[in-house]
Amino acid sequence: MARISDFDVVYVARLARINLTDAEAKVFQKQLSDVLKYVEKLHQADVSHVDAAAHALPICNVFREDVPRDWFTAAEALGNAPRQANGLFIVPKVVE
Amino acid sequence: MTEKDLPALNIADLQSVLRRREVSAREVIDALQARIETVDPKMGAYLSLDTEAAVQEAEKSNVDLPLGGVPLAIKDIINVMGQPCTCASKILQDYRATYDATVIRRLRAAGAIPFGKTNLDEFAMGSSTENSSMKLTRNPWDLSRVPGGSSGGSAAAVAADAAFGALGSDTGGSIRQPAALSGVVGFKPTYGRVSRFGLVAFASSLDQVGPLTKTVNDAALIMNAIAGHDPQDSSSLNGPVPDYAARLGEDLRGVRLGLPKEYLIEGIDPQVKTAIDTAVKQMKSLGAEIIEISLPTTEYAIAVYYIVATAEASTNLARFDGVRYGYRAENPKDILDLYGRTRGEGFGQEVKRRIILGTYVLSSGYYDAYYLRAQKVRELIRQDFVRAFEKVDALVSPTSPVPAFKLGERVADPLQMYLADIFTIAANLAGICGISVPCGFADMDGQRLPIGMQLLGKPLDEARILQIAHAYEQSTHWHKARPPIASPK
Repeated sequence: MARISDFDVVYVARLARINLTDAEAKVFQKQLSDVLKYVEKLHQADVSHVDAAAHALPICNVFREDVPRDWFTAAEALGNAPRQANGLFIVPKVVE
Repeated sequence: MTEKDLPALNIADLQSVLRRREVSAREVIDALQARIETVDPKMGAYLSLDTEAAVQEAEKSNVDLPLGGVPLAIKDIINVMGQPCTCASKILQDYRATYDATVIRRLRAAGAIPFGKTNLDEFAMGSSTENSSMKLTRNPWDLSRVPGGSSGGSAAAVAADAAFGALGSDTGGSIRQPAALSGVVGFKPTYGRVSRFGLVAFASSLDQVGPLTKTVNDAALIMNAIAGHDPQDSSSLNGPVPDYAARLGEDLRGVRLGLPKEYLIEGIDPQVKTAIDTAVKQMKSLGAEIIEISLPTTEYAIAVYYIVATAEASTNLARFDGVRYGYRAENPKDILDLYGRTRGEGFGQEVKRRIILGTYVLSSGYYDAYYLRAQKVRELIRQDFVRAFEKVDALVSPTSPVPAFKLGERVADPLQMYLADIFTIAANLAGICGISVPCGFADMDGQRLPIGMQLLGKPLDEARILQIAHAYEQSTHWHKARPPIASPK
Protein backbone atom coordinates (compact mmCIF):
# COMPACT_ATOMS: atom_id res chain seq x y z
CA MET A 1 0.00 0.00 0.00
CA ALA A 2 1.23 3.45 -0.89
CA ARG A 3 1.79 5.59 2.17
CA ILE A 4 -0.04 8.88 2.53
CA SER A 5 3.13 10.42 3.90
CA ASP A 6 4.52 9.99 0.37
CA PHE A 7 1.95 12.41 -0.99
CA ASP A 8 3.70 15.64 -1.99
CA VAL A 9 1.19 18.09 -3.41
CA VAL A 10 3.84 20.29 -5.04
CA TYR A 11 5.35 17.36 -6.94
CA VAL A 12 1.96 16.03 -8.10
CA ALA A 13 0.77 19.52 -9.11
CA ARG A 14 3.86 19.79 -11.30
CA LEU A 15 2.95 16.46 -12.97
CA ALA A 16 -0.55 17.89 -13.55
CA ARG A 17 0.93 21.12 -15.01
CA ILE A 18 -0.77 23.30 -12.41
CA ASN A 19 1.18 26.08 -10.71
CA LEU A 20 0.07 26.45 -7.10
CA THR A 21 0.66 29.39 -4.81
CA ASP A 22 2.42 28.59 -1.54
CA ALA A 23 -0.84 29.16 0.32
CA GLU A 24 -2.72 26.76 -1.97
CA ALA A 25 -0.01 24.11 -1.62
CA LYS A 26 -0.23 24.27 2.15
CA VAL A 27 -4.03 23.99 2.29
CA PHE A 28 -4.29 21.32 -0.43
CA GLN A 29 -1.58 19.20 1.22
CA LYS A 30 -3.73 18.93 4.35
CA GLN A 31 -7.11 18.60 2.59
CA LEU A 32 -5.96 15.94 0.12
CA SER A 33 -4.10 14.00 2.83
CA ASP A 34 -7.44 13.84 4.69
CA VAL A 35 -9.16 12.50 1.56
CA LEU A 36 -6.39 9.93 0.98
CA LYS A 37 -6.72 8.81 4.59
CA TYR A 38 -10.47 8.43 4.11
CA VAL A 39 -10.12 6.29 0.95
CA GLU A 40 -7.80 3.86 2.76
CA LYS A 41 -10.97 2.09 3.87
CA LEU A 42 -11.01 0.44 0.43
CA HIS A 43 -8.31 -1.89 1.71
CA GLN A 44 -10.86 -3.55 3.95
CA ALA A 45 -12.81 -4.78 0.92
CA ASP A 46 -12.08 -8.27 -0.39
CA VAL A 47 -11.45 -7.86 -4.10
CA SER A 48 -9.55 -11.10 -4.66
CA HIS A 49 -12.39 -12.60 -6.73
CA VAL A 50 -13.47 -9.62 -8.87
CA ASP A 51 -12.34 -8.02 -12.09
CA ALA A 52 -12.18 -4.25 -12.35
CA ALA A 53 -15.54 -2.70 -13.25
CA ALA A 54 -16.46 -1.24 -16.54
CA HIS A 55 -20.05 -0.23 -17.18
CA ALA A 56 -23.50 -1.14 -15.94
CA LEU A 57 -24.35 -2.70 -19.27
CA PRO A 58 -21.76 -4.50 -21.34
CA ILE A 59 -20.78 -2.64 -24.49
CA CYS A 60 -17.62 -3.47 -26.34
CA ASN A 61 -15.98 -3.00 -29.70
CA VAL A 62 -18.01 0.01 -30.76
CA PHE A 63 -17.11 0.95 -34.31
CA ARG A 64 -18.61 3.16 -36.94
CA GLU A 65 -17.86 3.57 -40.60
CA ASP A 66 -15.03 5.97 -41.30
CA VAL A 67 -16.80 8.20 -43.79
CA PRO A 68 -16.12 11.85 -44.59
CA ARG A 69 -18.74 14.33 -43.47
CA ASP A 70 -19.15 18.04 -42.88
CA TRP A 71 -17.41 19.13 -39.73
CA PHE A 72 -15.80 22.27 -38.35
CA THR A 73 -14.29 24.69 -40.79
CA ALA A 74 -10.81 26.00 -39.98
CA ALA A 75 -12.37 29.33 -39.04
CA GLU A 76 -14.75 27.65 -36.58
CA ALA A 77 -11.96 25.55 -35.07
CA LEU A 78 -9.92 28.73 -34.55
CA GLY A 79 -12.92 30.72 -33.33
CA ASN A 80 -12.08 30.35 -29.63
CA ALA A 81 -8.29 30.53 -29.94
CA PRO A 82 -6.48 32.84 -27.49
CA ARG A 83 -4.22 33.88 -30.42
CA GLN A 84 -4.41 33.00 -34.09
CA ALA A 85 -3.11 34.17 -37.42
CA ASN A 86 -3.05 32.86 -40.99
CA GLY A 87 -5.31 29.94 -40.08
CA LEU A 88 -2.93 28.79 -37.31
CA PHE A 89 -2.86 28.75 -33.50
CA ILE A 90 -0.13 31.10 -32.27
CA VAL A 91 1.86 29.78 -29.29
CA PRO A 92 5.00 30.97 -27.49
CA LYS A 93 8.29 29.94 -29.02
CA VAL A 94 9.15 26.43 -27.78
CA VAL A 95 12.37 25.70 -29.73
CA GLU A 96 15.36 28.02 -29.74
CA MET B 1 -54.48 33.18 -18.29
CA THR B 2 -52.47 36.38 -18.10
CA GLU B 3 -48.91 36.54 -19.37
CA LYS B 4 -47.76 37.03 -15.78
CA ASP B 5 -49.12 33.60 -14.75
CA LEU B 6 -47.59 31.69 -17.66
CA PRO B 7 -44.24 30.83 -16.02
CA ALA B 8 -46.03 28.97 -13.21
CA LEU B 9 -47.22 26.32 -15.69
CA ASN B 10 -45.54 22.96 -16.00
CA ILE B 11 -44.47 21.75 -19.45
CA ALA B 12 -47.58 19.63 -20.09
CA ASP B 13 -49.92 22.51 -19.19
CA LEU B 14 -47.86 24.99 -21.22
CA GLN B 15 -48.21 22.70 -24.22
CA SER B 16 -51.99 22.67 -23.77
CA VAL B 17 -52.32 26.46 -23.86
CA LEU B 18 -49.88 26.67 -26.78
CA ARG B 19 -51.79 24.06 -28.79
CA ARG B 20 -55.12 25.72 -28.08
CA ARG B 21 -53.45 28.88 -29.48
CA GLU B 22 -54.30 30.76 -26.28
CA VAL B 23 -50.75 32.09 -26.28
CA SER B 24 -47.97 32.14 -28.84
CA ALA B 25 -44.50 30.71 -28.33
CA ARG B 26 -43.19 34.29 -28.63
CA GLU B 27 -45.44 35.43 -25.75
CA VAL B 28 -44.15 32.52 -23.67
CA ILE B 29 -40.53 33.63 -24.18
CA ASP B 30 -41.48 37.22 -23.26
CA ALA B 31 -43.33 36.11 -20.12
CA LEU B 32 -40.47 33.86 -19.06
CA GLN B 33 -37.91 36.58 -19.63
CA ALA B 34 -39.97 39.00 -17.53
CA ARG B 35 -40.10 36.43 -14.73
CA ILE B 36 -36.36 35.84 -14.91
CA GLU B 37 -35.72 39.58 -14.76
CA THR B 38 -37.90 39.79 -11.63
CA VAL B 39 -36.58 36.84 -9.62
CA ASP B 40 -33.09 36.08 -10.89
CA PRO B 41 -31.29 39.18 -9.57
CA LYS B 42 -32.06 37.79 -6.08
CA MET B 43 -31.38 34.14 -6.93
CA GLY B 44 -28.58 34.03 -9.53
CA ALA B 45 -29.63 30.91 -11.40
CA TYR B 46 -28.70 32.07 -14.92
CA LEU B 47 -25.26 32.82 -16.37
CA SER B 48 -26.49 33.97 -19.79
CA LEU B 49 -29.74 34.48 -21.70
CA ASP B 50 -29.85 34.03 -25.46
CA THR B 51 -33.01 36.08 -25.94
CA GLU B 52 -32.46 36.95 -29.58
CA ALA B 53 -31.92 33.34 -30.67
CA ALA B 54 -34.85 32.13 -28.53
CA VAL B 55 -37.23 34.71 -30.01
CA GLN B 56 -36.21 33.69 -33.52
CA GLU B 57 -36.83 30.03 -32.66
CA ALA B 58 -40.19 30.92 -31.10
CA GLU B 59 -41.37 32.88 -34.15
CA LYS B 60 -41.04 29.80 -36.36
CA SER B 61 -41.86 27.12 -33.78
CA ASN B 62 -44.35 24.32 -34.44
CA VAL B 63 -46.36 23.90 -31.26
CA ASP B 64 -47.74 20.55 -32.38
CA LEU B 65 -44.33 18.90 -32.02
CA PRO B 66 -43.79 16.88 -28.78
CA LEU B 67 -42.13 19.86 -27.03
CA GLY B 68 -43.18 22.51 -29.58
CA GLY B 69 -42.55 26.06 -28.35
CA VAL B 70 -41.36 24.98 -24.88
CA PRO B 71 -38.33 26.97 -23.62
CA LEU B 72 -35.87 24.95 -21.54
CA ALA B 73 -32.92 26.14 -19.45
CA ILE B 74 -29.61 24.40 -20.09
CA LYS B 75 -26.80 23.77 -17.60
CA ASP B 76 -23.81 25.75 -18.82
CA ILE B 77 -21.72 22.63 -19.42
CA ILE B 78 -23.81 21.50 -22.40
CA ASN B 79 -22.92 23.03 -25.78
CA VAL B 80 -25.60 25.16 -27.46
CA MET B 81 -24.29 26.47 -30.77
CA GLY B 82 -23.35 30.14 -30.75
CA GLN B 83 -23.96 30.50 -27.00
CA PRO B 84 -21.42 30.68 -24.18
CA CYS B 85 -20.42 27.39 -22.55
CA THR B 86 -18.37 28.50 -19.56
CA CYS B 87 -18.68 25.44 -17.30
CA ALA B 88 -18.67 28.23 -14.66
CA SER B 89 -14.88 28.31 -15.09
CA LYS B 90 -12.56 31.25 -15.67
CA ILE B 91 -10.69 29.02 -18.11
CA LEU B 92 -13.75 29.03 -20.44
CA GLN B 93 -15.18 32.44 -19.55
CA ASP B 94 -15.12 33.72 -23.16
CA TYR B 95 -15.80 30.39 -24.86
CA ARG B 96 -18.65 30.10 -27.35
CA ALA B 97 -19.97 26.72 -28.49
CA THR B 98 -19.32 25.92 -32.14
CA TYR B 99 -21.89 23.10 -32.29
CA ASP B 100 -25.01 21.74 -30.62
CA ALA B 101 -24.70 18.84 -28.18
CA THR B 102 -26.73 15.82 -29.33
CA VAL B 103 -29.26 16.43 -26.53
CA ILE B 104 -29.76 20.00 -27.82
CA ARG B 105 -30.14 18.77 -31.40
CA ARG B 106 -32.77 16.30 -30.19
CA LEU B 107 -34.61 18.90 -28.12
CA ARG B 108 -34.72 21.22 -31.13
CA ALA B 109 -36.05 18.39 -33.30
CA ALA B 110 -38.84 17.94 -30.73
CA GLY B 111 -39.65 21.65 -30.98
CA ALA B 112 -38.12 22.82 -27.69
CA ILE B 113 -36.26 26.13 -27.48
CA PRO B 114 -33.01 26.29 -25.49
CA PHE B 115 -33.30 29.52 -23.50
CA GLY B 116 -30.65 30.47 -20.97
CA LYS B 117 -27.56 28.79 -19.57
CA THR B 118 -27.63 28.01 -15.86
CA ASN B 119 -25.00 28.20 -13.15
CA LEU B 120 -23.14 25.18 -11.77
CA ASP B 121 -20.14 24.19 -9.70
CA GLU B 122 -17.09 24.68 -11.94
CA PHE B 123 -16.96 21.73 -14.37
CA ALA B 124 -19.81 20.16 -12.31
CA MET B 125 -17.45 19.50 -9.40
CA GLY B 126 -19.38 20.19 -6.23
CA SER B 127 -22.61 19.77 -4.30
CA SER B 128 -23.65 23.37 -3.63
CA THR B 129 -22.94 25.47 -6.78
CA GLU B 130 -20.57 27.48 -4.55
CA ASN B 131 -17.62 26.30 -6.68
CA SER B 132 -18.86 28.43 -9.59
CA SER B 133 -16.26 30.98 -10.68
CA MET B 134 -19.05 33.13 -12.15
CA LYS B 135 -21.60 33.92 -9.46
CA LEU B 136 -23.41 32.72 -6.36
CA THR B 137 -26.72 30.90 -6.78
CA ARG B 138 -29.12 31.01 -3.84
CA ASN B 139 -31.81 28.54 -2.83
CA PRO B 140 -35.19 30.04 -3.81
CA TRP B 141 -36.78 28.75 -0.57
CA ASP B 142 -34.20 30.49 1.63
CA LEU B 143 -31.78 32.90 0.00
CA SER B 144 -29.18 32.32 2.74
CA ARG B 145 -28.84 28.67 1.70
CA VAL B 146 -27.35 26.72 -1.21
CA PRO B 147 -29.54 25.34 -4.03
CA GLY B 148 -27.54 22.10 -4.06
CA GLY B 149 -25.23 21.18 -6.90
CA SER B 150 -23.73 20.84 -9.23
CA SER B 151 -26.86 21.58 -11.35
CA GLY B 152 -27.90 24.24 -8.82
CA GLY B 153 -28.81 26.91 -11.36
CA SER B 154 -31.11 24.55 -13.25
CA ALA B 155 -32.80 23.40 -10.02
CA ALA B 156 -33.28 26.92 -8.63
CA ALA B 157 -34.64 28.24 -11.95
CA VAL B 158 -37.25 25.48 -12.20
CA ALA B 159 -38.21 25.80 -8.51
CA ALA B 160 -38.78 29.55 -8.78
CA ASP B 161 -40.85 29.28 -12.00
CA ALA B 162 -37.97 30.94 -13.83
CA ALA B 163 -37.78 27.93 -16.19
CA PHE B 164 -40.44 25.47 -17.37
CA GLY B 165 -37.86 22.70 -17.20
CA ALA B 166 -34.11 22.32 -17.51
CA LEU B 167 -31.28 20.00 -18.42
CA GLY B 168 -28.61 19.10 -15.89
CA SER B 169 -25.83 16.54 -15.69
CA ASP B 170 -25.33 13.95 -12.97
CA THR B 171 -21.89 12.46 -12.19
CA GLY B 172 -22.42 11.64 -8.49
CA GLY B 173 -25.85 13.15 -7.79
CA SER B 174 -25.61 16.51 -9.54
CA ILE B 175 -29.18 16.36 -10.88
CA ARG B 176 -30.91 14.53 -8.01
CA GLN B 177 -29.33 16.37 -5.06
CA PRO B 178 -30.07 19.97 -6.21
CA ALA B 179 -33.56 18.81 -7.24
CA ALA B 180 -34.08 17.60 -3.66
CA LEU B 181 -32.65 20.71 -2.03
CA SER B 182 -34.62 23.06 -4.31
CA GLY B 183 -37.89 21.10 -4.31
CA VAL B 184 -38.18 19.88 -7.91
CA VAL B 185 -38.03 16.58 -9.81
CA GLY B 186 -34.57 15.47 -11.00
CA PHE B 187 -33.96 12.39 -13.14
CA LYS B 188 -30.68 10.59 -13.86
CA PRO B 189 -31.02 8.09 -16.71
CA THR B 190 -29.09 4.82 -17.01
CA TYR B 191 -25.48 5.39 -18.09
CA GLY B 192 -25.50 5.36 -21.90
CA ARG B 193 -29.23 6.03 -22.33
CA VAL B 194 -28.66 9.70 -23.20
CA SER B 195 -25.82 10.87 -25.43
CA ARG B 196 -22.91 12.68 -23.78
CA PHE B 197 -21.72 14.19 -27.08
CA GLY B 198 -21.45 17.93 -26.42
CA LEU B 199 -21.55 17.57 -22.64
CA VAL B 200 -18.17 18.85 -21.46
CA ALA B 201 -16.60 15.74 -19.90
CA PHE B 202 -15.90 15.59 -16.15
CA ALA B 203 -15.84 11.83 -15.40
CA SER B 204 -16.65 9.99 -18.61
CA SER B 205 -17.72 6.66 -17.07
CA LEU B 206 -20.14 8.40 -14.67
CA ASP B 207 -21.54 11.51 -16.43
CA GLN B 208 -25.13 11.43 -17.68
CA VAL B 209 -27.48 14.19 -18.90
CA GLY B 210 -31.03 14.34 -17.56
CA PRO B 211 -34.01 16.63 -16.87
CA LEU B 212 -34.99 18.81 -13.90
CA THR B 213 -38.72 19.56 -13.97
CA LYS B 214 -41.77 20.55 -11.95
CA THR B 215 -43.45 17.15 -12.36
CA VAL B 216 -42.54 13.52 -13.09
CA ASN B 217 -44.67 13.68 -16.24
CA ASP B 218 -42.54 16.57 -17.53
CA ALA B 219 -39.37 14.55 -16.86
CA ALA B 220 -40.83 11.72 -18.99
CA LEU B 221 -41.63 14.18 -21.81
CA ILE B 222 -38.03 15.45 -21.89
CA MET B 223 -36.67 11.90 -21.69
CA ASN B 224 -38.80 10.98 -24.72
CA ALA B 225 -36.98 13.71 -26.65
CA ILE B 226 -33.37 13.16 -25.51
CA ALA B 227 -33.00 9.39 -25.00
CA GLY B 228 -31.56 7.13 -27.66
CA HIS B 229 -28.48 5.93 -29.46
CA ASP B 230 -25.92 8.39 -30.80
CA PRO B 231 -23.13 7.18 -33.09
CA GLN B 232 -21.03 10.13 -31.86
CA ASP B 233 -20.96 8.77 -28.30
CA SER B 234 -19.34 5.33 -28.26
CA SER B 235 -20.72 4.68 -24.75
CA SER B 236 -24.31 5.32 -25.82
CA LEU B 237 -26.61 2.30 -25.79
CA ASN B 238 -28.08 1.02 -29.01
CA GLY B 239 -31.48 -0.30 -27.99
CA PRO B 240 -35.15 0.57 -28.38
CA VAL B 241 -36.41 3.66 -26.53
CA PRO B 242 -39.81 3.14 -24.89
CA ASP B 243 -42.45 5.86 -24.44
CA TYR B 244 -41.51 7.04 -20.95
CA ALA B 245 -44.94 8.57 -20.38
CA ALA B 246 -46.80 5.37 -21.32
CA ARG B 247 -46.86 3.80 -17.85
CA LEU B 248 -47.66 6.99 -15.95
CA GLY B 249 -50.99 6.56 -14.19
CA GLU B 250 -50.49 2.89 -13.33
CA ASP B 251 -50.84 2.31 -9.59
CA LEU B 252 -48.37 0.66 -7.22
CA ARG B 253 -50.09 -2.71 -6.76
CA GLY B 254 -47.50 -5.45 -7.08
CA VAL B 255 -44.57 -3.01 -7.00
CA ARG B 256 -41.76 -4.16 -4.68
CA LEU B 257 -39.80 -1.38 -3.00
CA GLY B 258 -36.52 -2.04 -1.20
CA LEU B 259 -35.29 -0.15 1.84
CA PRO B 260 -31.48 -0.52 2.05
CA LYS B 261 -30.69 -0.99 5.73
CA GLU B 262 -27.20 0.49 5.26
CA TYR B 263 -28.81 3.82 4.34
CA LEU B 264 -30.05 4.38 7.91
CA ILE B 265 -26.83 6.18 8.72
CA GLU B 266 -26.10 8.53 11.54
CA GLY B 267 -26.26 12.07 10.33
CA ILE B 268 -29.65 11.84 8.62
CA ASP B 269 -31.63 14.87 9.70
CA PRO B 270 -34.60 13.65 11.81
CA GLN B 271 -37.04 15.69 9.70
CA VAL B 272 -35.67 14.05 6.53
CA LYS B 273 -36.06 10.61 8.10
CA THR B 274 -39.64 11.34 9.14
CA ALA B 275 -40.52 12.57 5.64
CA ILE B 276 -39.10 9.42 4.01
CA ASP B 277 -40.85 7.13 6.54
CA THR B 278 -44.14 8.90 5.78
CA ALA B 279 -43.57 8.62 2.02
CA VAL B 280 -42.85 4.89 2.32
CA LYS B 281 -46.11 4.41 4.27
CA GLN B 282 -47.89 6.38 1.58
CA MET B 283 -46.53 4.14 -1.18
CA LYS B 284 -47.49 1.07 0.88
CA SER B 285 -51.04 2.41 1.12
CA LEU B 286 -51.01 2.74 -2.68
CA GLY B 287 -50.29 -0.99 -2.96
CA ALA B 288 -46.49 -1.28 -2.89
CA GLU B 289 -44.79 -4.08 -0.99
CA ILE B 290 -41.94 -2.88 1.24
CA ILE B 291 -38.91 -5.14 1.62
CA GLU B 292 -35.77 -4.53 3.67
CA ILE B 293 -32.67 -5.26 1.63
CA SER B 294 -28.92 -4.99 2.07
CA LEU B 295 -26.26 -3.14 0.06
CA PRO B 296 -23.20 -4.14 2.11
CA THR B 297 -20.66 -2.22 0.00
CA THR B 298 -22.40 1.14 0.57
CA GLU B 299 -19.65 2.23 2.96
CA TYR B 300 -17.09 2.19 0.12
CA ALA B 301 -19.05 4.21 -2.43
CA ILE B 302 -17.70 7.68 -1.63
CA ALA B 303 -14.10 6.47 -1.47
CA VAL B 304 -14.43 4.71 -4.83
CA TYR B 305 -16.08 7.76 -6.36
CA TYR B 306 -13.39 10.23 -5.33
CA ILE B 307 -10.73 8.01 -6.88
CA VAL B 308 -12.50 7.10 -10.13
CA ALA B 309 -14.06 10.53 -10.74
CA THR B 310 -10.88 12.48 -10.01
CA ALA B 311 -8.77 10.11 -12.12
CA GLU B 312 -11.08 10.61 -15.09
CA ALA B 313 -11.25 14.36 -14.46
CA SER B 314 -7.46 14.66 -14.43
CA THR B 315 -7.27 13.21 -17.93
CA ASN B 316 -10.35 14.95 -19.32
CA LEU B 317 -9.23 18.37 -18.10
CA ALA B 318 -5.72 17.94 -19.53
CA ARG B 319 -7.14 19.52 -22.70
CA PHE B 320 -7.32 22.93 -21.04
CA ASP B 321 -3.80 24.09 -21.79
CA GLY B 322 -4.25 27.63 -23.11
CA VAL B 323 -3.31 26.69 -26.69
CA ARG B 324 -6.42 26.10 -28.78
CA TYR B 325 -9.21 27.72 -26.77
CA GLY B 326 -9.97 29.26 -23.42
CA TYR B 327 -7.94 31.36 -21.03
CA ARG B 328 -4.20 31.80 -21.61
CA ALA B 329 -1.78 33.21 -19.03
CA GLU B 330 -0.07 36.42 -20.13
CA ASN B 331 3.59 36.61 -21.21
CA PRO B 332 4.64 33.00 -20.61
CA LYS B 333 8.40 32.54 -20.55
CA ASP B 334 8.24 29.01 -22.00
CA ILE B 335 5.76 26.25 -22.74
CA LEU B 336 5.74 24.77 -19.21
CA ASP B 337 5.16 28.22 -17.77
CA LEU B 338 2.26 28.65 -20.22
CA TYR B 339 0.63 25.37 -19.11
CA GLY B 340 1.32 25.77 -15.40
CA ARG B 341 0.14 29.36 -15.07
CA THR B 342 -2.80 28.99 -17.48
CA ARG B 343 -4.13 26.08 -15.40
CA GLY B 344 -3.09 27.55 -12.05
CA GLU B 345 -4.83 30.86 -12.81
CA GLY B 346 -7.71 29.47 -14.89
CA PHE B 347 -9.01 26.67 -12.64
CA GLY B 348 -10.73 27.22 -9.30
CA GLN B 349 -9.69 25.56 -6.05
CA GLU B 350 -11.92 22.47 -6.15
CA VAL B 351 -11.02 21.70 -9.77
CA LYS B 352 -7.31 21.98 -8.95
CA ARG B 353 -7.73 19.73 -5.91
CA ARG B 354 -9.48 17.07 -7.96
CA ILE B 355 -7.02 17.16 -10.86
CA ILE B 356 -4.13 16.78 -8.41
CA LEU B 357 -5.83 13.91 -6.57
CA GLY B 358 -6.66 12.21 -9.88
CA THR B 359 -3.11 12.64 -11.13
CA TYR B 360 -1.81 11.08 -7.91
CA VAL B 361 -4.04 8.00 -7.95
CA LEU B 362 -3.07 7.30 -11.57
CA SER B 363 0.64 7.93 -11.12
CA SER B 364 3.30 5.25 -11.35
CA GLY B 365 3.50 3.20 -8.16
CA TYR B 366 0.07 4.26 -6.93
CA TYR B 367 -2.19 3.08 -9.74
CA ASP B 368 -2.70 -0.46 -8.36
CA ALA B 369 -3.18 0.69 -4.77
CA TYR B 370 -5.76 3.34 -5.58
CA TYR B 371 -7.27 3.33 -9.06
CA LEU B 372 -7.28 -0.40 -9.85
CA ARG B 373 -8.52 -1.30 -6.37
CA ALA B 374 -11.27 1.33 -6.62
CA GLN B 375 -12.43 -0.10 -9.94
CA LYS B 376 -12.63 -3.56 -8.35
CA VAL B 377 -14.63 -2.30 -5.38
CA ARG B 378 -16.82 -0.49 -7.90
CA GLU B 379 -17.65 -3.89 -9.41
CA LEU B 380 -18.66 -5.14 -5.92
CA ILE B 381 -20.99 -2.14 -5.61
CA ARG B 382 -22.52 -2.92 -9.00
CA GLN B 383 -23.06 -6.56 -8.00
CA ASP B 384 -24.80 -5.41 -4.80
CA PHE B 385 -27.37 -3.60 -6.91
CA VAL B 386 -27.79 -6.55 -9.29
CA ARG B 387 -28.62 -8.78 -6.29
CA ALA B 388 -30.97 -6.17 -4.79
CA PHE B 389 -32.90 -5.80 -8.04
CA GLU B 390 -33.55 -9.55 -8.11
CA LYS B 391 -35.78 -8.94 -5.08
CA VAL B 392 -37.23 -5.47 -5.70
CA ASP B 393 -38.28 -3.11 -8.51
CA ALA B 394 -36.85 0.04 -6.93
CA LEU B 395 -34.83 1.19 -3.95
CA VAL B 396 -36.07 4.01 -1.71
CA SER B 397 -33.89 6.43 0.27
CA PRO B 398 -33.51 10.10 1.05
CA THR B 399 -31.80 11.91 -1.84
CA SER B 400 -29.70 13.93 0.61
CA PRO B 401 -29.24 13.23 4.34
CA VAL B 402 -29.93 16.92 5.08
CA PRO B 403 -32.01 19.76 3.63
CA ALA B 404 -30.29 22.75 2.00
CA PHE B 405 -27.35 23.95 4.10
CA LYS B 406 -26.19 27.53 4.64
CA LEU B 407 -24.00 29.24 2.06
CA GLY B 408 -20.37 28.96 3.19
CA GLU B 409 -21.12 26.30 5.81
CA ARG B 410 -19.16 23.49 4.17
CA VAL B 411 -16.69 25.11 1.78
CA ALA B 412 -13.69 24.88 4.12
CA ASP B 413 -13.81 21.09 4.43
CA PRO B 414 -14.01 19.27 1.07
CA LEU B 415 -14.28 15.83 2.70
CA GLN B 416 -17.42 16.85 4.63
CA MET B 417 -18.91 18.21 1.40
CA TYR B 418 -18.15 14.87 -0.32
CA LEU B 419 -19.86 12.86 2.44
CA ALA B 420 -23.16 14.66 1.68
CA ASP B 421 -23.35 12.63 -1.56
CA ILE B 422 -23.67 9.29 0.26
CA PHE B 423 -27.09 8.30 -1.19
CA THR B 424 -26.61 9.43 -4.79
CA ILE B 425 -23.06 8.39 -5.68
CA ALA B 426 -23.48 4.61 -5.84
CA ALA B 427 -26.04 4.90 -8.66
CA ASN B 428 -23.43 6.52 -10.92
CA LEU B 429 -20.80 3.92 -10.02
CA ALA B 430 -23.26 1.14 -10.90
CA GLY B 431 -24.64 3.00 -13.94
CA ILE B 432 -28.28 2.58 -12.87
CA CYS B 433 -31.13 5.12 -13.17
CA GLY B 434 -32.66 7.21 -10.39
CA ILE B 435 -34.99 10.06 -9.60
CA SER B 436 -35.56 12.56 -6.82
CA VAL B 437 -39.15 13.65 -6.12
CA PRO B 438 -40.35 16.18 -3.53
CA CYS B 439 -41.66 14.39 -0.41
CA GLY B 440 -42.13 17.05 2.25
CA PHE B 441 -40.59 19.98 4.06
CA ALA B 442 -38.24 20.53 6.96
CA ASP B 443 -38.61 23.50 9.26
CA MET B 444 -35.21 25.16 9.73
CA ASP B 445 -34.96 28.48 11.58
CA GLY B 446 -38.56 29.23 10.66
CA GLN B 447 -38.00 28.55 6.92
CA ARG B 448 -39.65 25.75 4.95
CA LEU B 449 -37.00 23.71 3.12
CA PRO B 450 -37.85 20.98 0.60
CA ILE B 451 -36.98 17.31 1.15
CA GLY B 452 -36.44 14.87 -1.71
CA MET B 453 -37.01 11.12 -1.91
CA GLN B 454 -34.76 9.09 -4.17
CA LEU B 455 -35.95 6.06 -6.14
CA LEU B 456 -33.27 3.95 -7.85
CA GLY B 457 -34.03 1.47 -10.62
CA LYS B 458 -32.22 -1.16 -12.59
CA PRO B 459 -30.45 -0.33 -15.85
CA LEU B 460 -32.87 0.77 -18.60
CA ASP B 461 -35.87 0.53 -16.26
CA GLU B 462 -36.56 4.27 -16.55
CA ALA B 463 -40.23 3.80 -17.44
CA ARG B 464 -40.83 1.80 -14.26
CA ILE B 465 -39.05 4.32 -12.02
CA LEU B 466 -41.00 7.19 -13.59
CA GLN B 467 -44.25 5.25 -13.09
CA ILE B 468 -43.55 4.67 -9.37
CA ALA B 469 -42.44 8.28 -8.84
CA HIS B 470 -45.52 9.56 -10.66
CA ALA B 471 -47.93 7.42 -8.63
CA TYR B 472 -46.41 8.73 -5.40
CA GLU B 473 -46.25 12.34 -6.60
CA GLN B 474 -49.87 12.39 -7.73
CA SER B 475 -51.01 11.14 -4.31
CA THR B 476 -49.37 14.16 -2.61
CA HIS B 477 -49.36 17.94 -2.91
CA TRP B 478 -45.62 18.45 -2.48
CA HIS B 479 -44.94 19.10 -6.16
CA LYS B 480 -47.46 21.96 -6.19
CA ALA B 481 -45.66 23.98 -3.50
CA ARG B 482 -43.71 26.98 -4.72
CA PRO B 483 -41.17 29.11 -2.85
CA PRO B 484 -42.31 32.61 -1.80
CA ILE B 485 -39.96 34.16 -4.37
CA ALA B 486 -42.01 32.58 -7.20
CA SER B 487 -45.30 34.23 -6.24
CA PRO B 488 -45.92 37.21 -8.51
CA LYS B 489 -46.64 40.37 -6.58
